Amino acid sequence: MHTEKEIFDLLSEIPDPEIPVISIVELGVIRKVSSNGKSIDVVITPTYSGCPAMKQMEDDVCKKLKENGYETVHVSMVYSPAWTTDWLSEEAKLKLQKYGIAPPEESTSDKSFLSNKPKAVTCPRCKSKNSTMVSQFGSTACKALYQCKDCMEPFDYFKCI
Amino acid sequence: MNSNEALLKYTLRIGDSSLILAQRLCEWTGVGPYLEEDLALTNISLDLFGRAKSLLDYVAKLEDKGRTEDDIAFLRSEREYFNALITELPNGDYAKTMIRQALVDCFDFHFYAALTKSNNETLAGIAAKSIKEITYHKRHSFSWVVRFGNGTDDSAARLQKGFDEVWPFTAELFEMNEIDELLIKQGVAVNLNDLKPLWEKEMNALLTEAHVKVPSEVYMQTGSRKGVHTEHLGHLLSEMQALPRMHPGAKW
Repeated sequence: MHTEKEIFDLLSEIPDPEIPVISIVELGVIRKVSSNGKSIDVVITPTYSGCPAMKQMEDDVCKKLKENGYETVHVSMVYSPAWTTDWLSEEAKLKLQKYGIAPPEESTSDKSFLSNKPKAVTCPRCKSKNSTMVSQFGSTACKALYQCKDCMEPFDYFKCI
Repeated sequence: MNSNEALLKYTLRIGDSSLILAQRLCEWTGVGPYLEEDLALTNISLDLFGRAKSLLDYVAKLEDKGRTEDDIAFLRSEREYFNALITELPNGDYAKTMIRQALVDCFDFHFYAALTKSNNETLAGIAAKSIKEITYHKRHSFSWVVRFGNGTDDSAARLQKGFDEVWPFTAELFEMNEIDELLIKQGVAVNLNDLKPLWEKEMNALLTEAHVKVPSEVYMQTGSRKGVHTEHLGHLLSEMQALPRMHPGAKW
């Protein structure tokens, strides 16, 4: 029997299947855990509706908890409140940057992300702000494709939603 | 018709539109005009499949017959689908795909924004999730329409041709029937009459910027609210359903 914090610590050992430098807890997809002896309920929310990594995360959660003594693991999906990049911790953002992915630049609360002007995104390699958006859609649903005009490196930007 | 039945049919209708457009867009996988666009359309398609999955999952719960969202997506016949006709039209060239996408994205943007205010928590939750994604989709399709319209003579002509082919299928998006009426009274559904001026205003601005001419008189197509479709849906379904029909109950 673990406390809620201990369960979160266990789940923190599970890396994001597509961005392995951050955990699924840091990503903010684990919304709630409640255990009752040998059985446990975990509530998760998808980053994007069609994110193909969600099934993998669900399987990873089941596996991790079963390895740690839970016989029945029930994972359910909620859509509300909708996942937002605001839930990424500052520490997680730093990890993304070190990995070569530009973290979301602003909070969604300022709504500027809804305007048509692409943001000046900082290049994760040379830290230049002189970058340009190549495509709003990148290698995964959560990322856009940018290129730095100083060091010329293309890079992924974690979209702000 | 009771409330549960109306809610089921309403959710099925919007779920089907997401599903069928997702299937259409994924036909561009591997054959997009260039890599970034290939990725863009497959990403958009994935978002639409995700939305369809959550809506059809809700249909399965409302129906309570032990079917899953997969059973509903894959094991119905043509007349049992209620997707808007515009979503089943063939992709054509990239200009046609983008103008259809802009028309639908703009509708979806206003529809799902209004649906976030539904007093049905499940639909409002799915809408709140979807609206963030649609914001990106719409920005993408709108920017392509402007580029095609202001590009070469060829790109502008293709855009106009694509537009002429899909435009007669737009009035249907705003059709309402007894399902809508019942659910609007309950604060569940979106009143599409309120949506139309918002959609028209935004589309008119876009079409003007892209130099697209709107035909003055055109026969507007209808049918999907009754499950009557164009000849294209059957072909789409036969491909989409091939695997689950050939291997019932197959699992990854």
